Amino acid sequence: MSLLSKANREALVGPLNLNNPVVVQVLGICSALAVTAQLEPAIVMGLSVTIITAFSNLIISLIRNSIPNRIRIIVQLVVVAALVTIVSQVLKAFAYDVSVQLSVYVGLIITNCILMGRLEAFAMMNKPWPSFLDGIGNGIGYAIILVIVGFVRELLGSGSLLGFQVIPEWCYEHGYMNNGMMTMPAMSLIIVGCVIWAHRAYNKELQ
Amino acid sequence: MEHLISLFVRSIFVDNMIFAFFLGMCSYLAVSKSVKTALGLGVAVTFVLLITVPVDYLLQVYVLGPDCLVEGVDLSFLSFILFIAVIAGIVQLVEMVVERFSPSLYAALGIFLPLIAVNCAIMGASLFMQQRITMPDTNSQAILNVWDSIAYALGSGIGWLLAITCLAAIREKMAYTDVPRPLQGLGITFITVGLMAMAFMCFSGLNL
Repeated sequence: MSLLSKANREALVGPLNLNNPVVVQVLGICSALAVTAQLEPAIVMGLSVTIITAFSNLIISLIRNSIPNRIRIIVQLVVVAALVTIVSQVLKAFAYDVSVQLSVYVGLIITNCILMGRLEAFAMMNKPWPSFLDGIGNGIGYAIILVIVGFVRELLGSGSLLGFQVIPEWCYEHGYMNNGMMTMPAMSLIIVGCVIWAHRAYNKELQ
Repeated sequence: MEHLISLFVRSIFVDNMIFAFFLGMCSYLAVSKSVKTALGLGVAVTFVLLITVPVDYLLQVYVLGPDCLVEGVDLSFLSFILFIAVIAGIVQLVEMVVERFSPSLYAALGIFLPLIAVNCAIMGASLFMQQRITMPDTNSQAILNVWDSIAYALGSGIGWLLAITCLAAIREKMAYTDVPRPLQGLGITFITVGLMAMAFMCFSGLNL
């Protein structure tokens, strides 16, 4: 069996578009909305979720045959919680500013539905390597949406990207104003709504 | 007493779980198709919050905080694992109690009851509670004792209940409207919630 057979490639690439965890399966919305006021926390969050999904999928898939069915949710939660604790401590040590910005939402990766959904639907019944790829695919699918929303909100809300001023000064002198509404939580819902609209209009089969 | 009431009212309207922090969004969107099930889930979430937040508060203050168990040891890095274990355990317990004493409620809630364990609103409330313990007592968001944590849990639960019932009522009416095809279902629901969140933003000026 080759490492990137057709089924494996499907597990990796499917979640990026037609099977996207956020806009198609509607999982993991909470953090997708809350951390996207700026681009930087959105990227860090997407990366953290990708790593945690991939490794929790791998670990659960390795021990899937020895987990008693009745207590599997608790076992899964403990594995995920341990990984999230590690990521949270690493963030606190190496990227303290971002970890303060993300506040409780790092801890909330534990209850991110993408993780539980993939563990239940994929890792519990597949071999470790496809599960690992599936985790990476879903994590990146989630990160893409976060980056799109974060990009729009930071550009229109504060005129900058990753903290650098993008909209030049003369625009402001001619009466351009930042849309303060974009930094409010309410707008992220509407942007995600528009992303879903565009995605479904493009992929006719999802309608 | 004054602090207790202002904390309670704030957590319903100003710090609303859904509209200010987006917690519990997955089940919020999935279960808000009819008012009846939405109400049932809201009550279940409130109930579980009311038990888990005070328990997690006591754990945080008497077990995890600095110098609690062993002199000079701060165990707060264990809080994620401990909180989620408490939540999963209590949800299991609540499920068994409800099944034993009120089979009709158990049947009405169905699959949603065990799924509350992975509802971010529950975990989120515990994590916010952990942050609020360290706030100075002049701040109206601070949680200073176990009664405050109960008021916070009840307020957050009622805020969540309010939000999901409103959305379910709007979606029931919206079934008769002519929405563009790609926007139908999920897209329009997101935009509706966005507009509701904007309406709730006017409570943020509320000073208690």
